[in-house]
Amino acid sequence: MKRSKTMELGVGLFMLAGILGLVFLGLRVSGLTLEAPGETFRLEANFANIGGLKPRARVTMAGVTVGRVAAIDLDTDWYDARVVLELDADLEDQLPRDTTAAILTAGLLGEQYVGLSVGGDPETLADGDSLRDTQSAIVLEELIQQFVSNMVSD
Amino acid sequence: MMSRVLRLGRFGCELFEALGRAGIFLAQSAVGLPSREGWYLWLRQMHFVGVLSLAIVLVSGLFIGMVLALQGYTILVDFGAEQALGQMVALSLLRELAPVVAALLFAGRAGSALTAEIGLMKATEQLSSMEMIGVDPLRRVVAPRLWAGFVALPLLTVGFSVVGIYGGYLVGVDWLGGFAGSYWGNMQASVEFVADVGNGMVKSLVFALVVTWIAVFQGYDLVPTSEGISRATTRTVVYSSLAVLGLDFVLTAVMFGGLA
Repeated sequence: MKRSKTMELGVGLFMLAGILGLVFLGLRVSGLTLEAPGETFRLEANFANIGGLKPRARVTMAGVTVGRVAAIDLDTDWYDARVVLELDADLEDQLPRDTTAAILTAGLLGEQYVGLSVGGDPETLADGDSLRDTQSAIVLEELIQQFVSNMVSD
Repeated sequence: MMSRVLRLGRFGCELFEALGRAGIFLAQSAVGLPSREGWYLWLRQMHFVGVLSLAIVLVSGLFIGMVLALQGYTILVDFGAEQALGQMVALSLLRELAPVVAALLFAGRAGSALTAEIGLMKATEQLSSMEMIGVDPLRRVVAPRLWAGFVALPLLTVGFSVVGIYGGYLVGVDWLGGFAGSYWGNMQASVEFVADVGNGMVKSLVFALVVTWIAVFQGYDLVPTSEGISRATTRTVVYSSLAVLGLDFVLTAVMFGGLA
């Protein structure tokens, strides 16, 4: 059978394009990174209400992503939500002990994420420590209910 | 009354016979990995089934991405959520539209051609002559086509998604003036590689198997007349479209519907 170089070339380019497309879907569309996941350390924070926070949500500080939410479960001692945060190892023993965590929303309908803001304590947080001062997610229904009941009492 | 029951019974028997034939046929064709010669046969089919389908798939992908962005933008802007456009375009393409539409186009563009080609070989007794000279038509004719379709459709689906997402970018960002950062940023925050891209690829592999299987089996199993070929070609397109849409629902329910 006659071998045609152009056909072989065409099929080769086609398969190459398919593989490159998959790489594009991985890197550009799903936001995977090629660098190995860096060293991390864990902090815990208890929230009275996490709203719609999900595992893998971003943890930010001054708007910069510094980690992810590793796990969320119910703390049966206090019946609130225990959120495990996984932060870059650069921040280990850097964050003051009175750092606060708040659950924030990106835009009105966006995803929820954890925002950290530093305090001024000279003592620092190490792996496994927990954040004392937390601020729960704002639940829109509760806000509206409060507003309505204020209106009625006025 | 009795004759109706009889007809139903005959239909059932024929249905299961055909399914059984198709299963044996698939097993016999798919085994026996090709020699160097077989590899070249596969390459030729790859060219026909894959490379030559590229144009229609990519153009459809571009327009579907563009129309998704246009429709999505006009709805999302009412809620002030036009920054979620990238997320909407990418998720609908990766999870649903790219595997399904690429498979439907593939059935129309390549599946029908496979059926007609194999059918004509059967009608002109090329398949029987191959058997006469000791060449197995399943390995020589069917296997390369089956494998080519199985490899080509997932690649076409990737191309469809990529071009569609760029089409959405063209309309949503370049034309309607959305913000490029939020288009890509929201997309990256919400698309997960394994859950969305991976499941889309699994769908596409399943569709590739089903569509090519139906196409080559209809060609191999047809009544060898000109009418038989035309009927089998129609059946290929109809059956593969229905199978793709039905399987899509089942796969979506298992993958994304929380059924497991």
